[in-house]
Amino acid sequence: MRRSLYLTALLFIVILLLLQHQSISSQTAVEEPQRVYEFLDDNQECLKCHGQAYYYYYNDWIERDVKERMNPYRIVDSAQFYESNHWNFRCIDCHSEDYSDFPHPGELRMEPKYECIDCHGGDEDYAQYNFEGIEEEFHKSVHSSKHSADFTCWMCHNPHTYEINARSNENMKEFILYDNEICLSCHADVSKYQLLTNLDNPNILDKHGWLPNQGLHFKNVRCIECHAESNEILVAHNIQPKEKAVKRCVDCHSKNSLLLASLYRLQFTDERSIAGFTNAAMLEEAYIIGANRNYYLNRLSIGLFGLVLIFILIHAVLRMTLKHS
Amino acid sequence: MEGKLYLYPVWVRLWHWLNAMLCLLLIISGVSMQYSDPQYPLIRFDWAVSIHDIAGIILSLSYLFFILGNLLTPNGKQYLFRLKGYFRNIAKQARYYAFGIFKGEDPPFAITEDNKFNPLQRFSYVFIMYVCIPVIVITGWYLLYPEYFLHDIFGNRGLHITDIIHVVMGFLISLFFVVHVYFCTIGKTPLSNYRSMFNGWYEKH
Ligand code: HEC
Ligand code: HEC
Ligand code: HEC
Ligand code: HEC
Ligand code: HEC
Ligand code: HEC
Ligand code: HEC
Ligand code: HEM
Repeated sequence: MRRSLYLTALLFIVILLLLQHQSISSQTAVEEPQRVYEFLDDNQECLKCHGQAYYYYYNDWIERDVKERMNPYRIVDSAQFYESNHWNFRCIDCHSEDYSDFPHPGELRMEPKYECIDCHGGDEDYAQYNFEGIEEEFHKSVHSSKHSADFTCWMCHNPHTYEINARSNENMKEFILYDNEICLSCHADVSKYQLLTNLDNPNILDKHGWLPNQGLHFKNVRCIECHAESNEILVAHNIQPKEKAVKRCVDCHSKNSLLLASLYRLQFTDERSIAGFTNAAMLEEAYIIGANRNYYLNRLSIGLFGLVLIFILIHAVLRMTLKHS
Repeated sequence: MEGKLYLYPVWVRLWHWLNAMLCLLLIISGVSMQYSDPQYPLIRFDWAVSIHDIAGIILSLSYLFFILGNLLTPNGKQYLFRLKGYFRNIAKQARYYAFGIFKGEDPPFAITEDNKFNPLQRFSYVFIMYVCIPVIVITGWYLLYPEYFLHDIFGNRGLHITDIIHVVMGFLISLFFVVHVYFCTIGKTPLSNYRSMFNGWYEKH
């Protein structure tokens, strides 16, 4: 009794270590080429004000320096900026050069902004992203169709912080969080939401009350898994009306989980892994009831169950036939 | 009451049938989730989850009741056994089920009020009630509130391993279930043990 207890404990620990080992070995980091920042000084001209909570300027009228608070909506986080996709830009590549004057000339407020497609459209270098396809998808989405011109790509892709994640980030939890925060930047913040509409912001937690373990789900799947139609584009952009959102649990919790075509499409390989789990790629990140079944455990359990039933059947038949002999 | 022993007090009977019903629900809803398939749903996934969660919570309570009952009444003593020679006794009982029973031999261990289980029963009841059920209850609560448990010790793997332990225990309990239901037909008549679990009186062979 004792011994078997120790043995079970030992087995348990060995399994744990094995699994831990797997996860360590799968975390091989991809080396990025060193970034060389050319425009630190140029950008500092703007960031000395826009990178700070306070800024100073020389007031000609009263002839002295004045300290003021920067409008929080006008703050650009310089650390995030230099991490972002567009890190190698000068502020004035996208904004008018006249911003170097302060106070900024009033008409600059009306300055038209570039759109993604102005720079990325038709460019072979970015073919893998399929900007044209994304734009088309986006125009079909509820966001665009209901708020056409006001809802631009920049609403979700913060011009100063946006950084590709789903494609490049090995840590799935991190990019899920990143992508969901994009949606929550409006759906959990009424001030940004009401830039686009006068409606009340529906409470996301209440609206998804039907989903058990909500916290767990939102950490392990993205909003777009349920809300966007996925196709050959890596990150689905066609947000559907709420009536079309995925509500059936088995769409994810089954062998042919829809997550294979969305969240896990980069990781997914069609084979069973050594340990025999279906959809093993998912297991690196989560254990999804119904979608991750262990081939060997399943076979073993069906086999054992069958044996027991046969044993019972034989025993019962023997009992009935031999009883009165 | 000639030839009868009062072995199952009211609380044992109440607990037992509640326990049996809950286990049945848990097994069916659990299997339905593990093998969920949009084409052939045994039970709709979200219903299965709700049934499983609710039944699991009630089972935890009923298990506490069982533990308390066994601590506070003499019934608990039935589950204690001495290790020495125990495996030999189990083998004896197993041999009886495999051969003796067909030859009309008497069971090797007589059922008395102080000793109501045979060695094989005792072993399986202890294994199920003091190993499988507690483990499945604890892992179940972990799965119910994964966000409140210490996730970081084992990382993501924590949930994964917990789930596998939970499923394996569920499987063992399902096995026990069918074996138990069958072995309970071995009595004075095939139905007499079932009657005992309703009226409390065990009918001797
Ligand atoms: C001396 C501080 C200072 C400097 C330097 C400065 N800005 Fe500003 N900027 C401000 C203030 C103050 C506002 C107004 C914030 C508000 O809306 O209250 C502003 C507003 C802006 C706006 C928003 C205009 C609008 O209303 O839509 C942009 C864009 C901008 N600045 C870009 C730049 C760029 C690009 C540079 C660098 C070339 C720059 N700023 C340099 C202080 C500064
Ligand atoms: C890739 C192009 C791009 C670069 C580079 C860029 N911006 Fe912007 N910026 C934009 C766009 C587009 C908007 C308007 C966003 C919107 O409409 O939501 C904007 C808006 C702003 C605003 C108004 C507040 C806001 O966030 O909406 C400020 C202030 C600003 N930028 C400052 C800067 C500064 C300072 C830099 C350099 C560190 C910089 N920008 C670099 C594209 C850019
Ligand atoms: C002013 C032109 C311009 C605009 C506007 C612009 N981009 Fe870019 N973008 C670039 C350039 C140039 C690069 C290459 C940066 C580099 O590699 O240093 C780039 C890089 C990227 C990358 C990373 C590519 C890679 O392989 O690293 C992505 C993704 C991207 N942009 C998406 C967008 C999106 C989405 C928008 C609109 C919300 C947008 N861009 C708007 C010019 C632009
Ligand atoms: C409703 C929010 C939303 C809008 C609007 C939106 N996007 Fe995105 N986009 C996302 C999210 C979320 C991602 C995933 C970010 C990540 O993890 O890399 C993404 C990713 C991307 C990527 C990178 C995809 C890849 O293959 O790595 C590109 C390119 C892109 N968007 C372009 C656009 C363009 C162009 C527009 C406007 C036509 C646009 N997006 C509008 C939410 C949005
Ligand atoms: C810039 C703010 C903003 C962002 C970012 C945003 N949304 Fe929205 N979303 C809205 C607004 C505003 C509406 C309300 C549309 C209406 O009914 O007028 C809406 C509506 C919706 C709806 C309901 C559509 C319906 O049928 O009523 C869904 C679903 C939705 N958004 C999902 C998302 C997802 C998923 C993301 C992230 C990829 C996201 N949103 C990002 C502003 C935003
Ligand atoms: C598991 C699938 C799933 C996930 C994940 C999910 N949603 Fe939903 N969502 C739905 C469904 C289904 C509805 C429709 C609910 C209804 O009609 O009862 C909905 C409704 C909504 C609505 C419309 C609310 C209303 O009634 O106006 C918004 C907005 C929304 N979701 C945003 C989000 C955001 C933001 C996220 C990510 C944080 C998210 N959803 C994640 C399935 C999901
Ligand atoms: C968009 C895909 C998706 C949908 C739809 C979905 N789930 Fe999940 N669910 C997941 C993922 C992914 C996890 C795994 C979380 C983990 O392993 O950490 C999960 C975990 C769970 C868990 C927690 C299991 C545990 O280990 O504690 C329960 C319970 C659950 N889902 C029930 C449901 C129910 C009920 C529905 C339908 C109302 C549903 N799910 C719909 C993706 C989904
Ligand atoms: C519908 C299913 C079930 C039936 C018909 C059934 C039947 C019985 C019967 C007739 C007895 C008393 C006779 C004997 O043991 O010889 C008994 C005892 C017992 N059963 Fe069950 N049972 C069922 C399910 C379960 C389940 C699921 C468990 C535990 C997970 C369980 C655990 C026990 C235990 C521990 C005892 C001994 C009770 C005591 O006196 O302390 N039973 N069962």
